[in-house]
Amino acid sequence: MNNNRRSFFFNVDWVTVLIYLALCTIGWFNIHAAVFDDTHPELIDLETQYGKQFIFIISAVILGGVILLLDSRFFISIAPVFYVVTVLLLMVVLVVGRNVGGNQAWIPLGSFKLQPSEFAKFSTCLLLARYLSGINIRITELKSFFISAGIIALPMLLIMLQPDTGSTLVFCSLIFVLYREGLSPYFLIIAGLAIVLFICSLLFNQLYVVGILVALTVAAIFLFRLKRETVVGLLGGLVLAIGFIFSVNFIYKNVLQSHQKSRIDELLGISSDIKGVGYNVNQSKIAIGSGKLWGKGYLNGTQTKYSFVPEQSTDFIFCTVGEEWGFAGSVVVIGLFMFLLLRIIMMAERQRSPFSRVYGYGVASIIFFHVVINIGMTIGVVPVIGIPLPFISYGGSSLWSFTILLFILIKLDSNRLGHVL
Amino acid sequence: MNSYFERRYVVTGIFITIALVLLGRLFYIQIIDDRYALFADKNVLRKTIIFPARGPILDRNGKILAQNLPVYNVLVTPKRMKPFDTLDFCKMIGIDKAGFDKRLAKAKKYSPYKPTIFEKQISVERYAPLQERLSEFPGFDVEARTVRTYPDSVAAHFVGFTGEVNDKKIAQSGGYYRQGDYIGISGVERSFEDVLRGQRGVTYRMVDSRNVEKGAFANGAFDTVAIAGEPLMSSLDIRIQKLGETLMHNKVGSIVAIEPSTGEILAFVSSPTYDPNLMVGRERGNNMMKMYKDPYRPMLVRPIQATYAPGSSFKPLDALIALQEGIITPQTTFFCPHYYQAGNHRVGCEHFDGVTDLRKGIAQSCNTYFCNVFDRLMNANGAKNIRPTLTKWKGQVNKFGFGVKLDVELPFEYRGNVPTPLHFDKVFGKNRWRSSSIISLAIGQGELLATPLQLANVEAVIANRGFFYKPHLIKAIGDKKIIKAEYTERNDVGIDPQYFEPVIDGMQDVVDHGTAAASRIPGIVMCGKTGTVQNSHGKNHSVFVGFAPRDTPRIAIAVIVENGGYGASWAAPIGSYMIEKYLRNTITRPKAQVDYIINHNLLPPPPGWKPPVKKLSKKDSLMVDSLRKDGFKKNWKKIDSIKRHLKKHNADTAKRAIELKSASRSAKHDSSRYKLVAYQPKRKEDEQ
Repeated sequence: MNNNRRSFFFNVDWVTVLIYLALCTIGWFNIHAAVFDDTHPELIDLETQYGKQFIFIISAVILGGVILLLDSRFFISIAPVFYVVTVLLLMVVLVVGRNVGGNQAWIPLGSFKLQPSEFAKFSTCLLLARYLSGINIRITELKSFFISAGIIALPMLLIMLQPDTGSTLVFCSLIFVLYREGLSPYFLIIAGLAIVLFICSLLFNQLYVVGILVALTVAAIFLFRLKRETVVGLLGGLVLAIGFIFSVNFIYKNVLQSHQKSRIDELLGISSDIKGVGYNVNQSKIAIGSGKLWGKGYLNGTQTKYSFVPEQSTDFIFCTVGEEWGFAGSVVVIGLFMFLLLRIIMMAERQRSPFSRVYGYGVASIIFFHVVINIGMTIGVVPVIGIPLPFISYGGSSLWSFTILLFILIKLDSNRLGHVL
Repeated sequence: MNSYFERRYVVTGIFITIALVLLGRLFYIQIIDDRYALFADKNVLRKTIIFPARGPILDRNGKILAQNLPVYNVLVTPKRMKPFDTLDFCKMIGIDKAGFDKRLAKAKKYSPYKPTIFEKQISVERYAPLQERLSEFPGFDVEARTVRTYPDSVAAHFVGFTGEVNDKKIAQSGGYYRQGDYIGISGVERSFEDVLRGQRGVTYRMVDSRNVEKGAFANGAFDTVAIAGEPLMSSLDIRIQKLGETLMHNKVGSIVAIEPSTGEILAFVSSPTYDPNLMVGRERGNNMMKMYKDPYRPMLVRPIQATYAPGSSFKPLDALIALQEGIITPQTTFFCPHYYQAGNHRVGCEHFDGVTDLRKGIAQSCNTYFCNVFDRLMNANGAKNIRPTLTKWKGQVNKFGFGVKLDVELPFEYRGNVPTPLHFDKVFGKNRWRSSSIISLAIGQGELLATPLQLANVEAVIANRGFFYKPHLIKAIGDKKIIKAEYTERNDVGIDPQYFEPVIDGMQDVVDHGTAAASRIPGIVMCGKTGTVQNSHGKNHSVFVGFAPRDTPRIAIAVIVENGGYGASWAAPIGSYMIEKYLRNTITRPKAQVDYIINHNLLPPPPGWKPPVKKLSKKDSLMVDSLRKDGFKKNWKKIDSIKRHLKKHNADTAKRAIELKSASRSAKHDSSRYKLVAYQPKRKEDEQ
């Protein structure tokens, strides 16, 4: 044990660091390909996005190194401060923020723009971890549950006001953390069912959906000998579900904004407008689909090089991967992410301290959500939600925030054999 | 503490499942579904078609009948346009501001990013200054195309015309033709489309999302060059073709001249004809409608699509068959009492010839003689066996090309008609007819119908003394000068050569001192036969068939002038001029004679035409009314004189020679076409 304590260097999980570096490198090359221009062939040119991204990566790696040098206990003690500062920044941004593309999400600092919602992700994770690792805190208790939910909901609300739907939804992924810490599995099941019902009632006639639900419930009650409480629960669930189905239309028409509505329409095939709303996704699918098995080769992607896909260095960066590296490249990228996620879960589970474990699950959930939504939207399986692909998309704020998120975990992990935090 | 440890597997499971869903979807769109690769190519590749020049059509001496004229389409890409001097631009391409706005709006509606045709077919004259200043008008491009032009405006029915391909043809071509391509629509332009059209070239360029060019695709590996169409050498002789069309001015009919030794068609005149240049350019649709509405049907290809009874021009054939069958000898004589009588059926004869032998019979076109010959021929196996005899006769006539298609290169050739026994069964009842019932066949009337091409072909047979090559219009196809095998095959008609000389003697007499004596060519021994074809619809048709020179025939000809009257009056002189022009390259007879024929109008009044009738003028009718009121009995003389005056006037108008015109003469030329033609480099003048 003494031995381990002395050699901090060996306790760092180098596999994770390597995956991190690999993903950053892949990102950098793909940004190069996405904005490639024959007039600027060199790889490092500060005028261009890939030149800037190079600076971002270098600075992110230095930032990661600094985090590794800090004391683990610092993160625990600083967690509430971080959280408060982030919440304050989120409020400030609503007042002085710069409006870019309809979202008031950036605070201008000279030539640099700060995006507080990116930092809200890890500060929320930290505070949630600190709260849940407290003594006598059990998520199964109502009070603890509400406090945890409150910690998550506050930044969510503020981000929703920007409004930045993508980043707001990211916080929903923290449900996995709560689940791991003992939240009833019904929450996951209900969430899944709600999504299925939402889609079904948009696609099919609502009365049919209700009819099928009623039939299923009645069948369950008569075919299986159920306890009275279960029957009551089922019936209650049925009533709630029917209420939900009928409210879908209302939500759809009045709560969602028109562009969100049309994106969902596009995804579900209710309407198709490949020259308007559906343009991005259609062109993105064309780019990825035309990559075939081995891709068109580095810098040879016509869809991306000739800018048919918009936002291709940020939200739609995966198009470049799919087009130039083909299915093989897609498998490698998704494989790396899955490897990273499983590694993070493994790291989280090997912690003795609940703080580290909760934080680890938070990291995994957030990265997972980003990956699935981002890649899913480029291939048309989830609606278009503007969130970046971790480590790969162009952008300083997002790269730094993911680096901080990940390296705090690596730092905590390197201390796993030391004192219990 | 770690109480919910097992839940890590649930979370891991969810993660892996969703990742697999993503991979599955990727597998589907990247590997299984091929559409996306196509869409990507469609996005980025812009195909430019390079149009090949269409092959020229030449006459037998290499003179041009149809060639190409460069024209330029102005294209516009609305999104690339920047402000420029619109008025100046309009002036350059010859449109006004309103036209400019209209065209631009149309182009924008089609696509703001893709080049659209702004103005079609501007001439070299307009293009040259435009090209120099094209860079001042961003968004405008010019595409070179070619259109057909016919420098001498002759042989419209032979060359046919080209036009934009229609949807049906596009579907049939299996992807060869695209919207806006030109294709041969009639004549040899249609028949030899494959030879003439050449092969299109294609270049692929890559463009970005704003349609800006980004260079060649795969360094031009998939690009092809355009290959020009091959030339087509026709057998027509432009000199006599032109002469023929001039002679047939204001007449309905046709002229076909054949070189007997090869079967090549030297002249192919269908009248009224039209200027093939009318069928090019922007006025084409209007001109075409005029042609279709014209009662004289200029679009009809008369040499192969009009059928006439051959009339007296059939008589040499009668004689040949009779000689071959041994029914008569050249010395056989019949007495002609000015008519031929079989029972109570009488066929008149124009002449009172007395004792007539074969030579005289042909020379004087004696109906009596040939009715007797035909009667003997039909009754050769006994009167009751007329059916097989007629069938055999039909076979012999068919061998000369009558009643069968001659397979000339043009589409829609008519077959004519040689009646069968079955036909007469229908008309007279089964076996209720005899040679006397069908005697009009002897003088080429009745059910016998032939196209002018078939008539000319028969002359070629006589000139060759017993055989012919299928008449054809194309001397050599393409650069390799291919001749179709079927046109080099000798067709024998089954008449022994020795029987031809007596008939040819007769035909020479026709020209020397017979019916066509007025059309004798000094110094050239021409053999011919006139015909006056009875026509139930109006005046008789004037027919002349013949060949020259007698011993080494170089040209066989058939001329038909509808409603011309006697064969000797119109068809024979026209035929003789054609022959002389071909053999001597000049006409030695007085120009006034030729001009008389050229200037004479023989167009029949169209069906339903009535001479203009003048009605009582208002003043006169008021006067008549007042006179009537005054008392009819008192004033009837005055009323009568007014009415009689009017009647006389109307009768005079009707009598007066009617100046009728075919629409093809009054059709409007596309004004821009005139400019195009004016811009032609000077061709070497004909040796006329």
